[in-house]
Amino acid sequence: MKISRVASYFRVPKLSYRVWKVWKRDQDVFMKTYKVNFIPSLVEPILYLLGLGLGLGIFVQPQEGLPYIVFIAPALVATSMMYSSFFECTYASFVRMYYQKTFDAIIATPVSLEEVIAGELLWGATKSLINSTIVLSVILLFGLVSSPFFLLIPPLSFLIGLLFSSIAMCFTAITPNIDSFNYPSFLFITPMFILSGTFFSITSLPVTAQIVAKVFFPLTHAVALTRALTVGRLSVTLLLDLSWFLVTTPFFFALSMNLMKKRLIK
Amino acid sequence: MEPEVLIEAENLTKKFGDLVAVDNINFRVVKGECFGFLGPNGAGKTTTMKMVHCVLPLTAGRLKVAGMDVTNQAREIKKMIGVAPQEDNLDPDFTVLHNLIVYARYFDIPNAEALKQADELLRFMQLEEKQNVIIDQLSTGMKRRLIVARALINKPQILILDEPTTGLDPQARHLIWDKIRSLQKQGVTIVLTTHYMEEAAQLCDRTVIMDNGKIIEEGGPADLIKKHVGEEVLEVAYDEEVMKFLRNAFPDARLEVVSDRIQVFTHQPKGVFSEILNKFSFKAAMIRDANLEDVFLKLTGRRLRE
Repeated sequence: MKISRVASYFRVPKLSYRVWKVWKRDQDVFMKTYKVNFIPSLVEPILYLLGLGLGLGIFVQPQEGLPYIVFIAPALVATSMMYSSFFECTYASFVRMYYQKTFDAIIATPVSLEEVIAGELLWGATKSLINSTIVLSVILLFGLVSSPFFLLIPPLSFLIGLLFSSIAMCFTAITPNIDSFNYPSFLFITPMFILSGTFFSITSLPVTAQIVAKVFFPLTHAVALTRALTVGRLSVTLLLDLSWFLVTTPFFFALSMNLMKKRLIK
Repeated sequence: MEPEVLIEAENLTKKFGDLVAVDNINFRVVKGECFGFLGPNGAGKTTTMKMVHCVLPLTAGRLKVAGMDVTNQAREIKKMIGVAPQEDNLDPDFTVLHNLIVYARYFDIPNAEALKQADELLRFMQLEEKQNVIIDQLSTGMKRRLIVARALINKPQILILDEPTTGLDPQARHLIWDKIRSLQKQGVTIVLTTHYMEEAAQLCDRTVIMDNGKIIEEGGPADLIKKHVGEEVLEVAYDEEVMKFLRNAFPDARLEVVSDRIQVFTHQPKGVFSEILNKFSFKAAMIRDANLEDVFLKLTGRRLRE
């Protein structure tokens, strides 16, 4: 009995091409206001590069053998993946689900609830791709990319975005109201933003914190991968970082969908 | 020839935890008719609708739409149904026209055809001038019309209207009624829920009255009126003496006191009330036709439903 109950949270969803109709709906909305959407993702990394990279960077010794601004630049790309997909599938999805009743409207058509959620997750991953590519272009223009492997970052950002979207959707499925998103935002996202080897080498942390960051923080692995690809430091450990996403993403992808079903289909 | 049954429910039951929202009901909707679910708030009408259009799983019983089982052929059923829900779930991010286009996509309708269809529907619902307006700027009546238009985008065989005119002014309500009638003429089977008895009397060929999850009565509006409340109702101002007098004059009638008025229901033929009014005079007396609301209140009581 117990096992089947647990298993019900990880049932493999049945999906069809209709997933893309939901994705397209979100994309239509995005394209209507794309100019407004681009500005924050363009301005924010510039501020960080100027303020932290150039300003604070004068006082900071090289991290992992890289000048400070070169060190933080790829981290900005990685954090933009996290923020854009996580917020898309928490606040934005919640508004569509709860306030606009968009999900209800769609499931009255041949599109199933699982396909709605999958479409939302793929859109969250797409937001990660779009925003991180903008940030990547900024650091390219700043001359902070030294390896052609940076071309692998956009496809990677989709995968990373898919994981953050899936985790976000799990919270959306269980949150009692929109204000409760403060918990995952401040207790999960913000600590990751600071402690995932973003603004200083993870090796400066106490050992326990390092373990926590490596085991529980997807951003640690996103930063490691992005940094390796922008500066061209390829190593075997990158495969571990990549597998971290390959293993956890399907898990949270299925979980978020089953949690949503339990929330919306009584 | 036997009429074609489009929707068939057998011992249909829906529970939410301990609450029995729909309690073992049976009904059949025949092709081409307008079928009404009447009942107070919380009677189980919307829950029943949601099971018919396959967004709520059944707890028990059987439910077939066009011969297909809702539990395993949801996708096929949803293709042939149009749903106008009670609450506004139009997409506020889009204009009127774009709402229809995006919705058409969910049904795999090619873009060119969707545009043509949307154009026709906006004209049909008298919204063509609003096609580029954002949803926020529409009045309640316009939103409702757009919801009906959206429900028609896939040229459904069955149209489900969940309280289609709640909160509308008389003009908007009559427009929607007109459109429902003309859709029925075009051969669309209509299933509607309402707690406006006039609406049911105007539109429905057959109705069921639901209360506390059960179907407590069914039939055509006129038959139900005749069966339960007779043809005419006499209303007079309340007075102890008058009450006694009426009881004697109509021994088999049902007398109801509602606020400060007495209502007399009888199964005797038309004219008995005017006879008595010619002989005696009562304060504030009037004779009116019995209506579905009388039936409804008789069957479901006057207790407020929260």
